[in-house]
Amino acid sequence: MDLDALTGCLASSACLVTQTTSGFIIGMLLFLVAVGLTLIFGVLKVVNFSHGAFYMFGAYFAMTAYQVTGSFALAMLVGAAGTGFLGLVFERVFMSRVYGRDVLMQLLVCYAFVLIFDDVVRLIWGPEFKSMGMPTAFQVPPLFVAGGVVPPYYLLLIGVALAVAAILGVGLARTKIGKVIRAAAYNPSMVSALGINTGLIYGGVFALGGMLAGLAGALAAPVRSLTPGMGFSVLIESFIVTVIGGMGSILGALIGALLIGLIRSFGSLGFPLFTDGLMYLFMVIVLVARPTGLFGKEVA
Amino acid sequence: MSELQAERSRDPLSVPGIEAKSRRLRYLDVLIAIAAFGVLAALPFLFASKALLDFVIRCSAFGLFATSLNLLVGYTGMISFGHGMFFGLGAYGFGLIMQRTGVPIPVAFVCTLMITAVVSAAIGAICVRLKEIYFAFVTLAFQMLIHSMILSWTSLTGGDQGLRGGIQRPVFLGIDLSNHMHLYITSCALLLIGLLLMRQIAQSPFGYTLRMIRDNASRASFIGIDVWRAKLTIFVLAALFASTGGIVMSLFVSGAYPEFAYWTISGEGIFINMLGGVSTFLGPMVGTVLLLILNDTVTRLTEYYGIVLGIVILFFAIGLRKGLLDFAVEWYEQRGDGVKERT
Repeated sequence: MDLDALTGCLASSACLVTQTTSGFIIGMLLFLVAVGLTLIFGVLKVVNFSHGAFYMFGAYFAMTAYQVTGSFALAMLVGAAGTGFLGLVFERVFMSRVYGRDVLMQLLVCYAFVLIFDDVVRLIWGPEFKSMGMPTAFQVPPLFVAGGVVPPYYLLLIGVALAVAAILGVGLARTKIGKVIRAAAYNPSMVSALGINTGLIYGGVFALGGMLAGLAGALAAPVRSLTPGMGFSVLIESFIVTVIGGMGSILGALIGALLIGLIRSFGSLGFPLFTDGLMYLFMVIVLVARPTGLFGKEVA
Repeated sequence: MSELQAERSRDPLSVPGIEAKSRRLRYLDVLIAIAAFGVLAALPFLFASKALLDFVIRCSAFGLFATSLNLLVGYTGMISFGHGMFFGLGAYGFGLIMQRTGVPIPVAFVCTLMITAVVSAAIGAICVRLKEIYFAFVTLAFQMLIHSMILSWTSLTGGDQGLRGGIQRPVFLGIDLSNHMHLYITSCALLLIGLLLMRQIAQSPFGYTLRMIRDNASRASFIGIDVWRAKLTIFVLAALFASTGGIVMSLFVSGAYPEFAYWTISGEGIFINMLGGVSTFLGPMVGTVLLLILNDTVTRLTEYYGIVLGIVILFFAIGLRKGLLDFAVEWYEQRGDGVKERT
């Protein structure tokens, strides 16, 4: 435990800015993964345990696309679209068989794919650590805000995540498709009785969730190292985020992700060995005080 | 008048013959356990293979753990994703007590179980209020909390290196657990006693209360059952057996490692249950043997262990749709019905 480092950091504006930015980065990446998780749960009522694998695929797809084409924008696109397609196939072929069945069976199918996907990545890209490298467009000197360091790439990352949050929030609340999705979450049989293809909605939502996780992976590829199994810690953390924010709530995912990001970045100063423990402790406290999470609806 | 008295003397709730029947079944369970012990004890004389004995010891550790998890998952409908924390707690508690104090093994055993009881009662009191998926999450969070405590409390637990330096095993009443044969017999005995006790819990009126809570918790609470208390009781009891599994494991590897408290142990426990079947008492035991065989052979054959294991899981989850023993029992019963109809 190193409380002096923590109080020292809180007193200096430079350290405060640096740590807050790094907390926001962690939080924003987590948000992109967690919001997919929360959407899939909200509409399909399935806890997608294999969501971390989509994050991993996003990163690997982006890396390969970047190496082949050299275009960063294209790499992001391939990362997101590729995992979106993967999500669609996964949902239609496998997950759709276990809807309405035991929660355990759904978890098991996902668990199987966590194992399979990790090995597939090992088979294709090899077991060693990979790195994509920072794209040339962002190899510029960092910005200094109040003495703290803020790399420009981080600003892009935060901007993309906030844009996704805004688009999702407005899209679900205002557009016709958003209304249909919410209706399908509320009462799928009624929606299908009205002549709407719920299978398509389910597949679409799963693909969207997978795509967002893939986008997160692609965005993380330049700043994190790539390894088979990299999805796992992200999965656990985004679980914590969705549980804290409330399963099914987009705003909850955003707030929860930022909280966890800040806990991680400041906790690593004060409690370097117990950073993970702090997250779990926070999750326990939230769950005990409000079992449905900060922004979750009460379960009837 | 005599008719009335006869009517009154009979307990209105008693079903004729059920007492005797359940007693008979209990004797049968004991007989089966003794027979199984006989078979296990004879194994080393039939096959002089150390690998086989090791396999049975590992089966005992994981079997105790998985069967105790089934008391929660299969009998009470509480899907715990953090049951492995008690496995880890047992291994670490026992290892630490033996390393630090050097008391006789049974004393350390009882002390570990007492610690587990206290910890599981405290954690359970918080967790069992939550339902379904939220229960799974909060148990998972506690599991990871304990795992990070083990990792960060380096001075006590050795951090990510685990408890090293071996565990002292002083001879007690002629039982020398550093002797491989003695360790084998002891873990077999612990497994069978544990299974027998869990079977008694499952078949007792309390066990049937648990099934009722699983099927309809609000109805159970309407007829006056304290659901919270029953759930907490089984949570603590299951933790004790999981802890025993951890103790066997720590004796086997002569130490304790953080992986014992990692969430994957809980995940494996759930997987074992699904593999073997949750609606039969011995399902988890079958699952344990299956998974360990699978583990051993697949890792020997290929380095892409995940793909093979994943496909096997998919076969069970999407193809068979239930555990192996459940499937076998159902198949047998259906076949029996068919035969009856024909005759």
